[in-house]
Amino acid sequence: MIAIMRHRRHRLALPLLLLVGLFAAGLLYSAIVPRAVASTEPSTAVADPDNAEQVAYGRELFLSNCSTCHGFNAEGGDVADGNQVSGPSLIGVGAASVDFQVGTGRMPLQATGPQAPKRMPQYPDDQVKAMAAYIASLAPGPAIPEDRWLDPAGGDPGAGGEIFRVNCAMCHNFAGSGGALTQGKYAPSLRDVAPTHVYSAMLTGPQSMPVFGDDNITPQQKQDIIAYLDEVTTESSPGGLSLGLLGPVSEGLVGWVVGIGGLIACAVWLGAKSS
Amino acid sequence: MTQIVPGGASHDEFPGNDVVPRPAGVPDRFENPGLPEHRPRLADIDRKAARRAELQVSLFFVLSSAGTVLTIVGYFVFKLDGASATELEASNFLIGFGLFLTLFGIGVGAVHWAKTLMPDHEMIEERHAVESTPQTKADAAEIIADGIDESGIRRRPLILASLGGALAIAPLPAIVLLKDTGPNPGDSLRTTLWANGVRLVQDPTRNPVRASDIVLGSIFHVLPEGLTVESEYDYLEEKAKAAAIVIRLEVSEVAEEARPGSYAGLVAYSKICTHMGCSVALYEQTTQHLLCPCHQSTFDLRQNCKVIFGPAKRALPQLPIGVDDEGYLLATGGLAGTPGPSFWELG
Repeated sequence: MIAIMRHRRHRLALPLLLLVGLFAAGLLYSAIVPRAVASTEPSTAVADPDNAEQVAYGRELFLSNCSTCHGFNAEGGDVADGNQVSGPSLIGVGAASVDFQVGTGRMPLQATGPQAPKRMPQYPDDQVKAMAAYIASLAPGPAIPEDRWLDPAGGDPGAGGEIFRVNCAMCHNFAGSGGALTQGKYAPSLRDVAPTHVYSAMLTGPQSMPVFGDDNITPQQKQDIIAYLDEVTTESSPGGLSLGLLGPVSEGLVGWVVGIGGLIACAVWLGAKSS
Repeated sequence: MTQIVPGGASHDEFPGNDVVPRPAGVPDRFENPGLPEHRPRLADIDRKAARRAELQVSLFFVLSSAGTVLTIVGYFVFKLDGASATELEASNFLIGFGLFLTLFGIGVGAVHWAKTLMPDHEMIEERHAVESTPQTKADAAEIIADGIDESGIRRRPLILASLGGALAIAPLPAIVLLKDTGPNPGDSLRTTLWANGVRLVQDPTRNPVRASDIVLGSIFHVLPEGLTVESEYDYLEEKAKAAAIVIRLEVSEVAEEARPGSYAGLVAYSKICTHMGCSVALYEQTTQHLLCPCHQSTFDLRQNCKVIFGPAKRALPQLPIGVDDEGYLLATGGLAGTPGPSFWELG
């Protein structure tokens, strides 16, 4: 018999065993579930709709990966035409849209549902840019944002915060933590989203999100928003634990469970007789 | 009084009813069991256990002292002038956690001390009667009678009348001061700064909006022109009533009743929820729904912002819009209804 087995009837044995089991399950989960990695490394590839070679490569990639839903000429698919899933027409959506959808792993669609979730990008950056060049060659549309608008250092976080609170915070939360919409849709968290994707999402209005074109929020204001998001993501939390910056929901949960739970534990201990 | 009859005999009052037989050994009535037997604690019988408890109690008191030191250190080590957010965080943590240790250590130590080491003999303290003795009652009545007699209140009706008057009107100031909760809001809940000819400007930049700037699927948050912090109006009150959004729909999607106030598919609505006044600005461009983040009231832009889900009862009022000579959007009148939450006088 192993020495530790002698303690199997100890009153702490069961809680300890539970703790070990939960920890192991969590470890296993984090090991086998793939994580969406933000592609923050500066990309060298550029999507150029005038580059015939790149457009041809992009078309090839499009035909083998996207045409099932979006049609052979990106004209959009219809279930009635024998497509498995109907995808919208991509003519005129622009390179920015492709860069956002494919670059954040939302496309190709993993499964039909209320909303395509962010996940690990399925293609290397040069292939994403090639597909973007092909789509951009079909019709004019928003281009992938220029690097000069993407550096948080070039924006004013104060001004960005004001614009963010008027235009973005109602869905994405005051600190960009995300929030729920209707029917299973949601506004994703903006923390750890690459600036280029923040910018192109505003430009193209993916899924439920409205479009915020340059006439609505100017490029400089978009850069201010990027600076604001950088600020709220990197700043420390002098008021204590931030609890995910989700507002009263997570704070209430901790208050009820930890605060009131602790008081109940104290009350039980006060009333118990000493052994 | 009914009595349980042993042996299953019938009861007189309910002939024919068999009384449940009582098992042998059960007494006629339950006795007060009294206190359970005194059980000595581990610390009472084992000197080692007592010593251990003593150490534990002292440990909590020492922990409390450490907390006090930590609090003072946390206060003095960090200079708040020019401190970084990280330093503030550390200072707050040390002061908060230190105070927690200080108070919690003393409390836990004292309770643990009382529970493990102090005497734990059960004691019984009988209740005494609540009623006073007849003698005390008689004495009290006499004192009151003497008081009334000596004050001479019965012989001096002027004093009695004036005192009565003073007492009667003394609560009046408390009622009169309530006047400060007024004046009644009057028309101010129904009116906004929107009027014919007022331009729509973007929040927060105050730039006027061109009709051509608004593309399908975009949303513009607008305020009436002239509403600024410096303006003569009560800025926040007026902003809270006038905040609106402009959205472009396909012309065919604009509801029949919303057409006169729309311009080439552009529609403007108050963005203040008619339920509790939150900002209804969660715009889903795929479904043309507006969602309120507070209680999930959902408004359908294609149906003139009718409520299609949630606790709101009234549609969002439309802001009729047009364009001026330069192509900028302007209001062609006030809001089509009362913005914001319903109130008593709204009916």
